[in-house]
Amino acid sequence: MSSDTNDARQPSPVVLQTRGLSKEFRGFRAVSDVDLTVAAGTVHALVGPNGAGKTTLFNLLTGFLEPSSGQILFQGRDITGMQPEQIAHLGVARSFQITSLFDQMSLLEHLELALASPTGLGYRFWQSSKRLGRFRERAMELLEQVGLADRAGQDAGSLAYGQKRALELALALALDPTVLLLDEPTAGMGLEDVDRTIALVKKVSSGRTVVFVDHNMHVVGSLADTVTVLQSGQVLAEGTYEQVRADQRVITAYLGQAG
Amino acid sequence: MSEQLTARADLELAGEPVIPASRPGLRWAMLAVGLLVALALPWFIYPPVAMDIAAWALFAISVDLLLGYTGLLSFGHAAFWGTSAYVTGLIAINAGVPFPLAVLGGALAAMALAVPIGYLSVRRTGIYFAMVTLAFAQMVYFIANQWRSLTGGENGLQGIPKSFFGIEAIETDSFYFYYAALPVILLGVLVAWRAVNSPFGQVLVAIRDNPARARALGYDVERYKIMVFVLSAGLAGLAGGVFSISHGFASLQELAWTTSGKVVLITVLGGIGTLWGGPIGAGLVVVLEDRLASSGFNGVGIITGAIFIVIVLAFRHGIWGTARNGVAAWMRRRRSGAGGS
Ligand SMILES: Nc1ncnc2c1ncn2[C@@H]1O[C@H](COP(=O)(O)OP(=O)(O)O)[C@@H](O)[C@H]1O
Ligand SMILES: [Mg+2]
Repeated sequence: MSSDTNDARQPSPVVLQTRGLSKEFRGFRAVSDVDLTVAAGTVHALVGPNGAGKTTLFNLLTGFLEPSSGQILFQGRDITGMQPEQIAHLGVARSFQITSLFDQMSLLEHLELALASPTGLGYRFWQSSKRLGRFRERAMELLEQVGLADRAGQDAGSLAYGQKRALELALALALDPTVLLLDEPTAGMGLEDVDRTIALVKKVSSGRTVVFVDHNMHVVGSLADTVTVLQSGQVLAEGTYEQVRADQRVITAYLGQAG
Repeated sequence: MSEQLTARADLELAGEPVIPASRPGLRWAMLAVGLLVALALPWFIYPPVAMDIAAWALFAISVDLLLGYTGLLSFGHAAFWGTSAYVTGLIAINAGVPFPLAVLGGALAAMALAVPIGYLSVRRTGIYFAMVTLAFAQMVYFIANQWRSLTGGENGLQGIPKSFFGIEAIETDSFYFYYAALPVILLGVLVAWRAVNSPFGQVLVAIRDNPARARALGYDVERYKIMVFVLSAGLAGLAGGVFSISHGFASLQELAWTTSGKVVLITVLGGIGTLWGGPIGAGLVVVLEDRLASSGFNGVGIITGAIFIVIVLAFRHGIWGTARNGVAAWMRRRRSGAGGS
């Protein structure tokens, strides 16, 4: 919080916060003493070279990994040690860096399943699966948003890579989360899809908080209110895109790589 | 040996894409044929053997609910089949109620047993889940063997009556008994069919194919696994109860690990993830065992084991899955040939 690139205009309350968060894999610190503060309603980028610990941090925030030490607060509430499904229900949804779908299910079935999750319909083994049809309209809207409406009936396994990324995004959006965590949402996408994704994230970010990881500086520059740079599991710098880009340590550590 | 093979089956077969038979007309036709076969069975096959086929078919369906639809290989399902066999027998002997009620009691006992076993097993996956369930089943076997006053130990539970409202034909003639017991089996099949075609079934398939994603969507994977485990145990219990009433006794064989192995063999042989595989595999294995046994041949296990190996190697989707894929491919070829679109 007392980082040297502290933003003076920071009136919005904190929605997500970590305190001294660390994760060790057999002695190797993938995430090391991270104090991250995400202001409500902002779009927050997490950048850093491969292996910096970005995905691990996402896994900690969403309960897929248990921290070795430290604390995670969501809306002031301690969610450290909670299970992924509990955190999802509280309003923190994520997409996966490595596309993670149900290959034999249609796109529509994916979204119906995501939309049904908070309702408890999934426990009803005595009812027809046609009951899931009540989510169809909303499911089609979401597919429309990510540009996949014409493929609604197709199996996810048959999608091209960039389309799978778009479906990942739609699934996370279906949970209507307070905080949306996107792990490399545009990786492997063509230019056109990247621009559509930027526009979409801009649109859905109103009324919620977005934290995303991306290597594409065009995406980071277009979307991020705040950028946090990670290196070797530690926070190296934080600020606006312009501030971070001008930071000498960042240039040597990360942006310098790209020339 | 079969342990290794089934582990392989778990890894390689679970979640394999099978081309769905999506035509509703075809589905109803298949259902009608299946029902007809079930009704006609004791006309062509010695009725007690027909009853065995029906019971093993439901038992295999209960295993398929876990293996084919949830991706969990239980290697201890004899615990539920066998527990129900004993409890059903004890109720039938001591309470004198019509046998379907006794079977229902046995199934409930199996479900009650499945709650703690499921709770303690579902955290494990793959071969570890198989080993934990096997270990619990061996514990149940051990207890039944020790508790002689209740189970009769090695002698088993003898003299289980087929009470059915004093209707003598059913109580004494296995041909009529088949028709009285078949509805109990069909009830179990109906429950399984409803479950796999329900929102719950959709979640199970999601968990099978990608548990991490299911959790990220907010689904409590462990709770779903416990639920389907208990449901599956109930179906195994219905089957085991009918089996012990049909035979008039319950023995330790019903709780033995070989019984768990046999039902997995039947399920994989028939084809997992379809519900049709169980009945097909059961028909094949039960009839084959009956023929081999009546011809005085002693190595039944070797023959069924060899067939199992051949089928798993040659047809990765089991008999039903392979046949279905073949028919689907044939229809596609014909359509693209005739339609020319
Ligand atoms: N489950 C794991 N076991 C061991 N090491 C891991 C595991 N997950 C990540 N790591 C290591 O932690 C470091 C950070 O990985 P990751 O968070 O994926 O980086 P990023 O997403 O920033 O590219 C890497 O060195 C990686 O090899
Ligand atoms: Mg990563």
